[in-house]
Amino acid sequence: MQASAHAIPHPGVHEAHHEDLGFWRQYVFSTDHKIIGIQYGVTALFFLFFGFCLMLMMRWQIAHPGQAVPLVGPLLASIFGDDAAKGAVSPNLYNSFGAMHGTIMVFMAIVPLAFAAFGNFVVPLQIGAPDMAFPRVNMASYQAYVIGGLIMFVSFFIPGGAAQAGWTSYSPLATSIPGEGQTFWLVGMVCLITSSLLGAVNFIATIIQLRAPGMTWMRLPFFCWAQFVTAFLLLLAFPPLEAAGIMQLMDKVAHTSFFLPTGLAVGGALANVSGGGSPLLWQHLFWFLGHPEVYVLILPAMGIVGEVIANNTRKPLWGYKSLVYAALTIGFLSFIVWAHHMYLTGMGTRVATFFQTTTMIISIPSVIILTCMFLSLWGASIRFNTPMLFVMAFLPMFGIGGLTGLPLGFNYSDLHLHDTYYVIAHFHYIVAPGTIFALFAGIYYWFPKMTGRMMSEFWGRVHFWGSFIFMNLIFQPMFAQGMAGMLRRMADGGANYSQAKTQGMIGGLSDKIMGLHTYILWAAVGLALSQIPFIINLFASIKHGKKVTSDNPWQATTLEWQTPTPPPHGNFDKAPEVHRGPYEYSVPGHSSDFTPQNEPDPVQVPTPVK
Amino acid sequence: MDIPYTVQPRPDTGLYNAKVGIWLFLASEVMLFGALFSTYILLRVGAPEGLWPHGWLNVPIGTCNTVVLITSSITTVMAWASLKMNQFGRFKFFHACTILLALTFVGIKSYEYRDKFMHYEISLADGRIADGHMIKNELKFADSKWTGHALIKGHFVEDRKELYDLKAAKSHPHEEIPIEGAQIKKLDNYGPWHNTYTAIYFTLTGLHALHVIGGALVIGFLWGPGSKMWKTDPERFTNRIEISGLFWHFVDLVWIFLFPVLYLL
Repeated sequence: MQASAHAIPHPGVHEAHHEDLGFWRQYVFSTDHKIIGIQYGVTALFFLFFGFCLMLMMRWQIAHPGQAVPLVGPLLASIFGDDAAKGAVSPNLYNSFGAMHGTIMVFMAIVPLAFAAFGNFVVPLQIGAPDMAFPRVNMASYQAYVIGGLIMFVSFFIPGGAAQAGWTSYSPLATSIPGEGQTFWLVGMVCLITSSLLGAVNFIATIIQLRAPGMTWMRLPFFCWAQFVTAFLLLLAFPPLEAAGIMQLMDKVAHTSFFLPTGLAVGGALANVSGGGSPLLWQHLFWFLGHPEVYVLILPAMGIVGEVIANNTRKPLWGYKSLVYAALTIGFLSFIVWAHHMYLTGMGTRVATFFQTTTMIISIPSVIILTCMFLSLWGASIRFNTPMLFVMAFLPMFGIGGLTGLPLGFNYSDLHLHDTYYVIAHFHYIVAPGTIFALFAGIYYWFPKMTGRMMSEFWGRVHFWGSFIFMNLIFQPMFAQGMAGMLRRMADGGANYSQAKTQGMIGGLSDKIMGLHTYILWAAVGLALSQIPFIINLFASIKHGKKVTSDNPWQATTLEWQTPTPPPHGNFDKAPEVHRGPYEYSVPGHSSDFTPQNEPDPVQVPTPVK
Repeated sequence: MDIPYTVQPRPDTGLYNAKVGIWLFLASEVMLFGALFSTYILLRVGAPEGLWPHGWLNVPIGTCNTVVLITSSITTVMAWASLKMNQFGRFKFFHACTILLALTFVGIKSYEYRDKFMHYEISLADGRIADGHMIKNELKFADSKWTGHALIKGHFVEDRKELYDLKAAKSHPHEEIPIEGAQIKKLDNYGPWHNTYTAIYFTLTGLHALHVIGGALVIGFLWGPGSKMWKTDPERFTNRIEISGLFWHFVDLVWIFLFPVLYLL
């Protein structure tokens, strides 16, 4: 079965595997990995948009503290009452937005999109499987995610508002803030963690068990390897946070003192707790997840980048095996670097030295991956379509994000940079123009397989250039602000520490540094406007996009393109058999410049089909 | 195309899908309980000298519960082996035992919980501490003052530390002590909020008990309505019993660690 031989539509394929399930079971309570992948994708994109809107309001508040937010001010005032008096974001509300922006973006937008959405849709197709190993567990995983997301969303509207202690929820602050926002956050997190665990079990079991005949480990597309490692990170790193969440919930609800020290004073009075707990313990448990989580965010993105690069350079990925081993090394090392987030906690210099060393070591496999990707471009005749543009931007942007992380990994320089805007700029360079760009590339790349239609190339380019320019305008100034000493998480954007307010004191933030807030605000607005073409393009192309003329419009080698479009329930017309590695592009002496994985070697006499 | 290896093992891994799944799930469970055990170690190491409790739990009762769980693991294996030998009746018998043993475990555990919730430490205005089980409680708390009176069965101590090492302590004669509300400075029962030991005790055993209940529900389903599958797809049903059994053994194993850590050390 060669992909190019297939023309859509495929009469007869549907009848074989498809009984009529009705709307609810086909689209809402579906057990089909492709539908679940799309459900994840749409929900996660919604949360991505929502988290971005929170950020826009925060940027306005930082640039214009205490002034009403334009357009949505009255709405804020009517929803949040005193916390948004006259439509301005109060410090309380700012803290809520900040905490929820982080939580939503990490746990409800990027991870579900990168891991669950793309993983669900693409991995079974790429390994030649009819579905995930446990379709009903898969459905339960999505439902747990939705429930967790709803709990988080609802928490904005309860008295006292959503959680305010940052996405890291450090104790004792998190449990001392009045209101039930933190309780909602914790219960929501338990649901989201459950969802991730179910997903991780499913992915690993699928990749181990359901690889098609001939799909050996070293013939697995790099994307699958990336998802495989990611699933292990989720599987083993999330439970400690779940344990920590349960304990913080106990602190909040049952008044235990897991993370509350003896002699804790809240609001000037001794807190009525037994004490004896350890605030540091929360940080250890949180970052034990928190750091592998960083690689959960980036590895699937690297997987997408690998697929898109190989496809558009029409060359095999450079150093496929190095990529695989580097990803595995990252997975292992990411479990022993967590305390580099905690240099300032006073945990001791020896501990800090250990984690500083492992942190420097983990940069090596990351650099290997990036280098392999760059070298893959060498000498290629590159097709510059929208996915490739996003990927080409990913490479240097991720490079900036990675390199600016080194000063944070060193104990000494981190003392100055810790908790400043430099940190924000650093990890946003990894996640925003890094991971999110790769995710955009993935959407443009796999959209034809999902829908049978292409997304508009022109509006894709508008989306790309707008996002590329404004992303950099937003995050580049933050490096300067951070190095000047501007701390993060301040509702007034550091106005109280500006030279204007602290005249005669050394170290105040200069007008130039404070003035950058305004530039960043308008760059953020620009970024918002650049997403409009994407949103319209995404939804309009489902109905009005250009129809694909073959099942394999990008002329790719991997198995997901050797299915009917869109793939029916059960995916493949005929069980695929794999004969070669994932990236056999431009093989000398071959008639086409790509050889699909399931194409038998010409020397073998193929058994007659039919 | 149907999903392969749902019943038969895949040749190169030697495992059917659900078995891979359950081992992965158990790996994540190890991390979950591992984090809580680490917390136990950290809290214990960080506790001030003499303020980590010893001998607060009843060892004979704990031993009894350990025996109950180990027995249930044996009956679980027997149930699975019976299916392998095609003896459905024996399977029914053994798994009925498993479920009853699980319920026994939860029953004994709730008795222990109840004992802790009825156990009070009452700091009195004269500096003494009355410690014992509540017999009659007519205390009321209003305007940060206690009124009314209560009757406990216990004893007085001068220093709080005497309450912490019950292993080394001489046996105090326990008698009925009337308590006047006006004398009370602070009243606290031995719930999770009492100190970090009770906090980790209730969290660990509570989470474990939830696992026991969850496992019992699954095994109960497979024993009852779920066992219809034996007639239609015996091999798959046997696999299900094996998978739920693996989970059950894990729950048992967690208790094997919990018992010495919380009761004996």
